Amino acid sequence: MNEEQIKQSIIRQIVLIAPDVDPGEIVPDKNIQRSLEIDSFDFLKILTALNEELGVAVPEADYGQVDTLEHMIAYFAKRIAS
Amino acid sequence: MKRKRIEKRLEDLKVRPHLIDYEKIYKEFQWEEVASQFEGLPGGGLNIAHEAIDRHANGVLVHKTALVWLGEDGQRREFTFMQMKQESNKFANVLRSLGLSKGDRVFTLSTRLPELYIAAMGVFKNRSVLCPLFSQFGPEPILQRMVRGDAKVLLTTKSLFEKKVRPLLDQLPQLEVVLLIDAQEDESEKVRSLARLMQKASDVFEILPTDPEDMSLLHFTSGTTGMPKGVVHVHKAIYMHWMSGRYVLDLYPEDIYWCTADPGWVTGTSYGMITPWLHGITNIVSEAEFDAQQWYKILQDEKVSIWYTAPTAIRRLMRLDFDPLKTYDLSSLRLVQSVGEPLNPEAVIWGMEKLKLPIHDNWWQTETGGIMIANLISQPIWSGSMGRPLPGVEAAIVQKKENGGIAEIIGPYKEGELALKPGGPSMFRGYLHDEERYEKCFVDGWYLTGDLAYKDEEGYFWFIGRADDIIKTSGHMVGPFEVESILMEHPSVAEAGAIGKPDPMVGQLVKAFVSLKEGFEPSEELRRELIGFGRKKLGVAIAPKEIEFLPSLPKTRSGKIMRRLLKAREMGLPEGDISTLEA
Repeated sequence: MNEEQIKQSIIRQIVLIAPDVDPGEIVPDKNIQRSLEIDSFDFLKILTALNEELGVAVPEADYGQVDTLEHMIAYFAKRIAS
Repeated sequence: MKRKRIEKRLEDLKVRPHLIDYEKIYKEFQWEEVASQFEGLPGGGLNIAHEAIDRHANGVLVHKTALVWLGEDGQRREFTFMQMKQESNKFANVLRSLGLSKGDRVFTLSTRLPELYIAAMGVFKNRSVLCPLFSQFGPEPILQRMVRGDAKVLLTTKSLFEKKVRPLLDQLPQLEVVLLIDAQEDESEKVRSLARLMQKASDVFEILPTDPEDMSLLHFTSGTTGMPKGVVHVHKAIYMHWMSGRYVLDLYPEDIYWCTADPGWVTGTSYGMITPWLHGITNIVSEAEFDAQQWYKILQDEKVSIWYTAPTAIRRLMRLDFDPLKTYDLSSLRLVQSVGEPLNPEAVIWGMEKLKLPIHDNWWQTETGGIMIANLISQPIWSGSMGRPLPGVEAAIVQKKENGGIAEIIGPYKEGELALKPGGPSMFRGYLHDEERYEKCFVDGWYLTGDLAYKDEEGYFWFIGRADDIIKTSGHMVGPFEVESILMEHPSVAEAGAIGKPDPMVGQLVKAFVSLKEGFEPSEELRRELIGFGRKKLGVAIAPKEIEFLPSLPKTRSGKIMRRLLKAREMGLPEGDISTLEA
């Protein structure tokens, strides 16, 4: 799975949980929760869904590493590759 | 989980607590004693900002750090009491120059920026009324509250303004000025740059005589049947803030204090700004939302000694599979208090194991303005209990009599409604423009809280649930009526009923049941459309997280949706009395 595919998975899950979000609004280096008004409950749901789809669980301690779309892609890419 | 008693030994505590003999202090306490802790205005009266900021800036604490602000992008700014005085004077002068005076409502819609805290103090100085909104509200809740609260000024940021307020301007004719925190230039006579106005404003301001009973704060809280109510508070509430700061938060001058609540909710104003400053304490404010590692880092780096947080955050910290004390130096921390919703017993025990400190639950409401019932640092904790009433607070379990009156239930473990004796300094003075609803809260000399509870033989109170349909999610109240009204605006929705569905992380999540109008069929696509519609209109803090379609909703014969029945069915509980159910 390449980074573009990971990105599309992430965007799809964000929009599933927050259907009012226009994918065009998602700025790669902006805090996802803050910029898209996704609260921690919804953020957990997004990460749970991504775990099911990509097979990578993000432990609570790593949440700081998946705060933006860019960081999230990198986080998943690294773990899928290994 | 079995209830467990946690004993304390005074010699284990890092600091000798202010309150040691609960029974004695409870019995002997007089509110008049608190009066001597305040200076009063030179021209007479009592003003929150004078007691919280100016008197320290005029005294030995002049150069002490009042506010440590930690920005989302790693910034760190400090403000001394003197700087807070000067900056809030400027803001008060800005308000005065805009023609605002006593009683005029200043709304805020902002993330936790320093300007929000400065403005709050400036609003009090100008004897205007602070009305904080949660930045995660959508346009509808913002509009409802601003209209009901007669908003004259709104302090906000450019992005929140564009996204949520600009489209509402036509519906807010009474709104005179919008102050944009991060705009460099004025946009118009109405939409102004705060920085520009602050630049021109003098840092000298004389607070005019303030009556202790003058309105200071207006917080909105949710109702079951109608739209949110504006809860009126007054300057005199600082009596309770000072007292609970001393006895519940056990504040000493050298403490570093961090309250994680947002000023959009009452904890964030009463305890996120006013209380620590009344005690001349350094107050930490973090702009970012919850992040476990970051939070531990703040506790460590800022050497936080007193921490006031919420069950939702504690439950998330509990998900971390490491030992915080091995990774972080939390040796300064000596007291953890929690509020927002009942703290589960497991969380109290987790604190003992992982932080080597018990977590103290306490109870109060927007209406009470300050902590009413609490577990105290020197006293044993029954895990799962909210603790005992504070000095000056009389609480009881009551039930309604057939004649409509109230009877106190005597004896332990008997369930009823939690009631308080009215008249405390921080108790609300009214629901704005709704005297009738206010009066309904008081029966036979008791204030009825709407919470069900019982008391044990030691006088500890235990929370059971709400007596009404109000939803408690992530520690804040959501009125089902507000959610239902918005869903009903969608062209497909015929009926809507909102309930709080139990959730291990956020306490309850907002779930809505809807039936559709003719010509619409339930589908995943429509479900998502409604979720998105709710988020857009109500904002993430209020919007339903789950939507379920039903052919029709259970109603009483008079046509009222039976939320209680929806909830019982959702939870697989007995349906109870359904004699009024429509055939």
